Amino acid sequence: MRDNDRPIRVLVAKPGLDGHDRGAKVIARALRDAGMEVIYTGIRQSPQMITQAAAQEDVDVIGMSILSGAHLEILPEIMSLLRDQGMDDVLVVVGGIIPEVDRQPLKDIGISEVFGPGTSTGAIVEFIRDSVNQRAGA
Amino acid sequence: MPSKDKKQWQRDTLEPSVKRFPERREKFQTDSGLDIDPLYSPEDLQAQGLDYDKDLGYPGEFPYTRGVQPNTYRGRVWTMRQYSGYGTAADTNERFRYLLDQGQTGLSIAFDLPTQIGYDSDHLLAKGEVGKVGVPICSLEDMETLFDQIPMDKVSTSMTINATASLLLCFYIAAAKKQGVSQEQISGTVQNDILKEYIARGTYAYPPRPSMRLVVDVFKYCAENVPKWNTISISGYHMREAGATAVQELAFTFSNAIAYVQAALDAGLKIDDFGPRLSFFFVAQNNLFEEVAKFRAARRMWARIMKERFGAKDPRSMMLRFHTQTAGVSLTAQQPDNNLIRCTIQALSAILGGSQSLHVNSRDEALALPSEESVQLSLRTQQILAFESGAADVVDPLGGSYYIESLTNELEAKALEYIQRIDDMGGSVAAIEQGFQVREIGDAAYQHRQEVESGERTIVGVNRFTTEEPPIEGLMRVNEEAARIQVERLERLRLKRDNGAVKSALERLEQVAQTDENTVPAILECVESYCTLGEICQVLRGVFGEQEGAFTF
Repeated sequence: MRDNDRPIRVLVAKPGLDGHDRGAKVIARALRDAGMEVIYTGIRQSPQMITQAAAQEDVDVIGMSILSGAHLEILPEIMSLLRDQGMDDVLVVVGGIIPEVDRQPLKDIGISEVFGPGTSTGAIVEFIRDSVNQRAGA
Repeated sequence: MPSKDKKQWQRDTLEPSVKRFPERREKFQTDSGLDIDPLYSPEDLQAQGLDYDKDLGYPGEFPYTRGVQPNTYRGRVWTMRQYSGYGTAADTNERFRYLLDQGQTGLSIAFDLPTQIGYDSDHLLAKGEVGKVGVPICSLEDMETLFDQIPMDKVSTSMTINATASLLLCFYIAAAKKQGVSQEQISGTVQNDILKEYIARGTYAYPPRPSMRLVVDVFKYCAENVPKWNTISISGYHMREAGATAVQELAFTFSNAIAYVQAALDAGLKIDDFGPRLSFFFVAQNNLFEEVAKFRAARRMWARIMKERFGAKDPRSMMLRFHTQTAGVSLTAQQPDNNLIRCTIQALSAILGGSQSLHVNSRDEALALPSEESVQLSLRTQQILAFESGAADVVDPLGGSYYIESLTNELEAKALEYIQRIDDMGGSVAAIEQGFQVREIGDAAYQHRQEVESGERTIVGVNRFTTEEPPIEGLMRVNEEAARIQVERLERLRLKRDNGAVKSALERLEQVAQTDENTVPAILECVESYCTLGEICQVLRGVFGEQEGAFTF
């Protein structure tokens, strides 16, 4: 259970082999500037590495950035690992090059939001804050 | 009374007018943050000490500011080269033949991420990535399929490949040989620019120092055996895409170039033996004039670096030849047709800047790989610029513009300051090891983002002039079966090849990698024995170690 006084803790991760990390790093900075505690995994993270880091760092949120088109293969594996480890309460959001038609299938497996290109960091901060607070209040 | 000089004009004519009709912004700046005056005049160039003979000269003559070819596009227009690759080798072969039929004049191979990083398609880490951002090439067999019915003595091919560049070059040489084409006949480019992978693009495999040796091995092998091959394409593109400014693009590209040249000299090569085969790759971004000035500054800087810093004698070593691609980061998912206009302006800057070859991005690429239809539009954009706009009919059309010349000077001066800072840190490799370029680029990217969010920087359709619209249709999807087909193909290959020959070729490579001997012949032997990419890289990872990622942001 989250202690409401501590800052929101976010793991920003780059799953798969994709090296495009401009977006991930900009978001990481924006979240930090908004008062959150941010851990960035660096690139080339396997699903196991990401869920392990999330558990170790005791994060409230996992934000993943993926631009290589591998989202439908990689993200379901991460979601099922999280479930297996009883980490269903972690908020998961995704950004990158993700076609509209793939967004609902990703939400169906438990991803809370898919942020497309052009989303403002302000909107992401707000979404994370509202969602985490809602979960804590529930 | 007309003003006597710019100062007087500013005081007597401009300022009273601005008082009545204020300017749109307090301060006008280029993308690199260079201040822009309302007007440029001969006085600006005089103040900067511009000397036509020394700083500009005629095209085809040192310092090549106005172009490396005396008549630029009047003889032959630039090479129209659309970067392409997805699915399987057979799928990409089909797209290549389509593009050649449509009038494209060179090929440019996009490889998938496992191929770029050195994993076979059935490696655990390749899951989900096979055939996605490019074509998987795991063996000579795949390269043969990729070039089926494409004459390798006629077409020039650019390969965006870095950590595994020498391998892919060997696949290419071996596939050409199977077509009866010798390595002396083939022409093209391997990107082979590993340093910018640590800075921006991320497809490194081994640590920087052994990687530098692999780069130089390619220089050496090609100088002796593959005379028409460009052994490196030193790239500013990806650093700029990651957030660098135009000044940083120039500075980091040339400080990397200096590191490669120095490494080759240290390995005993002679400057004019490999200098003429070095090529470059820049982005064409939105700020039309700054980009044109950047290309011109780049030519002058390289000519001087090669002549003055490295003592090159052969003029071809001093000529900066470059490929350009329009800016992927400038594409928006919102109002995607606007991207056509952005791409056209960017492409125009490359032409006005005298690029040797060009890729124009497509309207749908903020959301997926480009569809065949949108790639055709990109190619048509190039053809309209080449044959209708008139931009290709005269050399260096903007040369002599007070603004362009002034910007060219300023970009050069600022970039040289940065290069000096990197020299003082011990050169590019040392700076990379200290995380310098990554930090600088990260800061610039974040600043850019903040300007967009505050509205200080306009992106049409995103933070201004927005509309509600239905999602774009007809997006390209990679054949879902591609990965399975590719993995099966690889399994069959492993069964049918001579596994004894594979083993001994890999052992030989391991021995060579442990000495100073050139690795390319040993890799070629592996390739011709149908060793796979993953097997070859596994050997090299064993000898050189593996590069770790960074966690800073």
